Amino acid sequence: MSEMINLTIDNVPVSVPEGTTILEAAKKINVRIPTLCYHQDLCVAGNCRVCVVEQKGTDRLMPSCAMPVSEGMEILTNSLKARSARKHVIELLVSEHRADCTRCYKNGNCELQELSSEYIIGEDGFIDLIPYKEYTIDHYSPSIIKDDSKCIRCQRCVRTCNELQKIGALAVAYKGKDMKISTFFEKPMFEVVCTNCGQCVNRCPTGALTEKTYVDLVWSEMNREDKHVVVQTAPAVRVALGEALGMEPGMIVTGKLVAALRRLGFDSVLDTDFTADLTIIEEGNELLQRLKKALVDKDPAAKLPLTTSCSPGWVKFIEHAFPGYLDHVSTAKSPQQMFGALAKTFYAKKINVEPENIVSVSIMPCTAKKYEADRPEMRSSGYKDVDYVLTTRELALMIRQAGIDFASLPDDDYDSIMGESSGAGVIFGATGGVMEAALRTAYEVVTGREVPFENLNITPVRGMDGVREATIKIEGALPEWSFLEGVELRCCVAHGLANAKKVMDAVKAGTVNYHFIEIMACPGGCLGGGGQPIPTNEEIRRKRAEAIYREDAHKPIRKSHENPEVIRLYEELLHEPLSETAHKLLHTNYRARDRY
Amino acid sequence: MASKKLKRLDLVFKDEQDTEAILKKTFSRPESDIINDLISSGLKGRGGAGFPTGLKWKLTADTKGDEKYVICNADEGEPGTFKDREILSKVPHKVLAGMAVCGRVIGSRKGFIYLRGEYKFLIPDLEREIERFHQLLEKLGCGFRVEIFTGSGAYICGEESALFESMEGKRGEPRNKPPFPVTHGYNGKPTVINNVETLAHTYSIFKYGPEKFRDLGVQDSRGSKVFSVSGDTPVPGIYELEFGMTLQKFVDDFGDGDTKAVQVGGASGFCVPRKKFEKTIIGYQGKLTGESLPTGGSMMIFNSSRSMYNVLHNYLDFFVEESCGQCTPCRVGTQQLLLGIEAVKKGEKPSSYLDKLLELAESMRITAKCGLGQSVANSFASIVENFKEEMIY
Ligand SMILES: Cc1cc2nc3c(=O)[nH]c(=O)nc-3n(C[C@H](O)[C@H](O)[C@H](O)COP(=O)(O)O)c2cc1C
Ligand code: SF4
Ligand code: SF4
Ligand code: SF4
Ligand code: SF4
Ligand code: FES
Repeated sequence: MSEMINLTIDNVPVSVPEGTTILEAAKKINVRIPTLCYHQDLCVAGNCRVCVVEQKGTDRLMPSCAMPVSEGMEILTNSLKARSARKHVIELLVSEHRADCTRCYKNGNCELQELSSEYIIGEDGFIDLIPYKEYTIDHYSPSIIKDDSKCIRCQRCVRTCNELQKIGALAVAYKGKDMKISTFFEKPMFEVVCTNCGQCVNRCPTGALTEKTYVDLVWSEMNREDKHVVVQTAPAVRVALGEALGMEPGMIVTGKLVAALRRLGFDSVLDTDFTADLTIIEEGNELLQRLKKALVDKDPAAKLPLTTSCSPGWVKFIEHAFPGYLDHVSTAKSPQQMFGALAKTFYAKKINVEPENIVSVSIMPCTAKKYEADRPEMRSSGYKDVDYVLTTRELALMIRQAGIDFASLPDDDYDSIMGESSGAGVIFGATGGVMEAALRTAYEVVTGREVPFENLNITPVRGMDGVREATIKIEGALPEWSFLEGVELRCCVAHGLANAKKVMDAVKAGTVNYHFIEIMACPGGCLGGGGQPIPTNEEIRRKRAEAIYREDAHKPIRKSHENPEVIRLYEELLHEPLSETAHKLLHTNYRARDRY
Repeated sequence: MASKKLKRLDLVFKDEQDTEAILKKTFSRPESDIINDLISSGLKGRGGAGFPTGLKWKLTADTKGDEKYVICNADEGEPGTFKDREILSKVPHKVLAGMAVCGRVIGSRKGFIYLRGEYKFLIPDLEREIERFHQLLEKLGCGFRVEIFTGSGAYICGEESALFESMEGKRGEPRNKPPFPVTHGYNGKPTVINNVETLAHTYSIFKYGPEKFRDLGVQDSRGSKVFSVSGDTPVPGIYELEFGMTLQKFVDDFGDGDTKAVQVGGASGFCVPRKKFEKTIIGYQGKLTGESLPTGGSMMIFNSSRSMYNVLHNYLDFFVEESCGQCTPCRVGTQQLLLGIEAVKKGEKPSSYLDKLLELAESMRITAKCGLGQSVANSFASIVENFKEEMIY
């Protein structure tokens, strides 16, 4: 137990544990101190200085985000001295900023804009510094636009990329007036190690880092008579979209999501969860086949551990950072890309539309998915398998543009075929979900019985710890899987690329001995993806995760291999897992990339 | 030239080669006695902050830690200052002795000299001196070792926490304080960081006892101080003088007879106009723990041919470039002050804009993250307020 510290904030007494910051203490008594560089997920920087407060009897102000409380402090968050200094700080930021809000993508969802409206930054501020500056706008990446003229140098992005993700694609360059956020040799984002995860985008308080938007292109495709626009929705979108449309975090809005997409004018509203189930069948069988090759045939080419491949940020990361381990990555495509390949083949045939007339759109919690769709490998249908990727935020924007009152929409159901999913497909959206889904299926394939966990909930792989390990002992294997009898399947789950790096370093060092690793690039898994509503933080991730597991629990079908539409797909097209057709459409390969 | 000469002192630069005797004597005393001597000597940091040296050592000694460090700050980046270079080339053994005693007192076996990049040429001599010193320590059974770390050349890396960051291989950006170096310094370990001159002074205190040091100077400013005198003076150079003189006396001695103002403490110090020479006493001005008192020792003399607008412009140019750029008030504030005085000068802004800039400077002083941004207001306000006409016309 740490000691309790007593202080007053705006004359209200408060008692908090030692080590609490003034900002946190103020929050406890519902006093909001404005912040910009502070973000719950990140270490404290204390560089923007808008959070300054006055301590009675002290000459200088204190940054409340960085200052721990001490006994007897008398803090004034809103004294004239604090307010006017804070206003100066905001005025300074605005003076260094290309403040053309009406043309800005972040208009209406921008922390600098909010603060400058609160503090009434008028016309008679300081000299506009923008004409004196050179700045670049990097729009070459398929995922992210970086506009230095909108940057307030809070370094949230730098801390995100270096601490949470351990990528180091962004860094502070130069000093003084020239200080800015830069990449390796100031190359465009798409030429460096950036994984497109968008975690920096999600934490940028301004319009300096935004997703590249395809909203207008999608609108115009929908306007074309000759096109059939198919949309798929990723698992994590349905537990977060509501937030961007005024609802509380943790609401499941699947039915409204479907209804809204129909109203927007999408011709077929389908579900990525369907291909999530399909991924499990392919990847699960790949795992079992590898286990057989490794354990029975002693084939050195059968690399273990097998890692998941559904997170494109993770895939690009391993291509850069551990190129020697690419044959550990499952060749199964991500659910988005499996869906895309099927949309312009199987589905096109089903609905009798020429594949070139299918426009395939996906709604993703992720910015890396935009890049994934652009990869040259992702053209199995003979066309670009997924034409446009929109983030959860972009979809919210379209819904607002269309004037739809989202909260009052009646629930609607996905179209068929490729609209049905199991609970296993849903939990793909949370860290540990792919592992759990795979185990539900693989265990049953091997033993003919359900996984030995109450209600199929494999709780050891759930939760928010950065790296989680679990072992499942296989007992009662069917004759054809007898080599797995008694084998303890060693699994590992990691989320956030810093944790991914930790796990891969251990794999490389030989200090761990896993069979199967699930890695998601984003903290919390896709539910904390870079394309999710802003803000995203620990508490919000937890609420979204709870929603996902709730949705799973209520699904009549909980296991991927029981999804009737998946079964039908194998009957009609693929015949069996890892078949030739499956390989052609649903599997891919990877490429080694530079370390910088 | 001036008639009444100020007494030149010779505490720091006196060529004394009795390190062995002093170390022997000092090592044999209880650590608390050494600290008490330092405290009663009244020695305060000569690197900028003016923090009482004995107290700093005591705080670090009182912090538990498996590893602690002693760092000699030889980054000396303030324009017009070169006293630390002189000390390191003339009497490096005094600095090393100070470091070793500090190591003994706080329980550290590792010292670093953080040497300004431009001073690389000192390294061969310094290395030889360190080698000799290590042999002496070995003889005395002391395991303390010193290493040179060469800085990157950025002014901000002289700020202690930015210096640690730079030593740790990171970008030189000041950290949040608290925690302070005495508990979380280099590598997050308890660290004493002292200026070159501060450490050299400890040598005299160990040798002659605290009284002799204390007898020099006034009230809160004890001992002697090494000044770098530059500008409009017939006798530029390094001088060791007693604290407590009036600026008038100083100008009488070092000015060219036409002195209009003196910038005390370099770009981050204060500009004193002629009419205040008599009232201004050179010392720590009663403040104990200010972040950036003008103790670097730069004394820049301006005669009436100088434009104080240009002087201020130069300082602001310096800050605009040398700010690390991380915090808003300093990064943007310095640019605004610079463009602001230009705009007033050109008539693009009314003279009343200077008042807005003075308010801004005050906000910078109370909100900036480190001493650099906090002290821009010193020169800005003292020049603008005392030479307003020169800013406008
Ligand atoms: C911008 C800035 C630059 C500084 N540069 C130096 C320097 O070059 N040398 C130095 O000794 N102290 C410098 N300091 C002061 C150090 O942070 C620190 O206070 C000092 O080294 C402590 O030593 P002292 O107590 O012996 O003075 C600087 C401070 C600031 C804010
Ligand atoms: S980033 Fe924010 S403040 Fe800047 S132009 Fe965009 S909306 Fe306005
Ligand atoms: S998208 Fe991800 S990898 Fe790229 S810069 Fe942002 S945080 Fe770093
Ligand atoms: S890009 Fe965004 S997050 Fe990064 S420093 Fe600029 S404003 Fe902050
Ligand atoms: S005051 Fe200036 S030098 Fe100090 S941290 Fe802020 S920007 Fe950097
Ligand atoms: S929020 Fe505290 S300094 Fe930025």
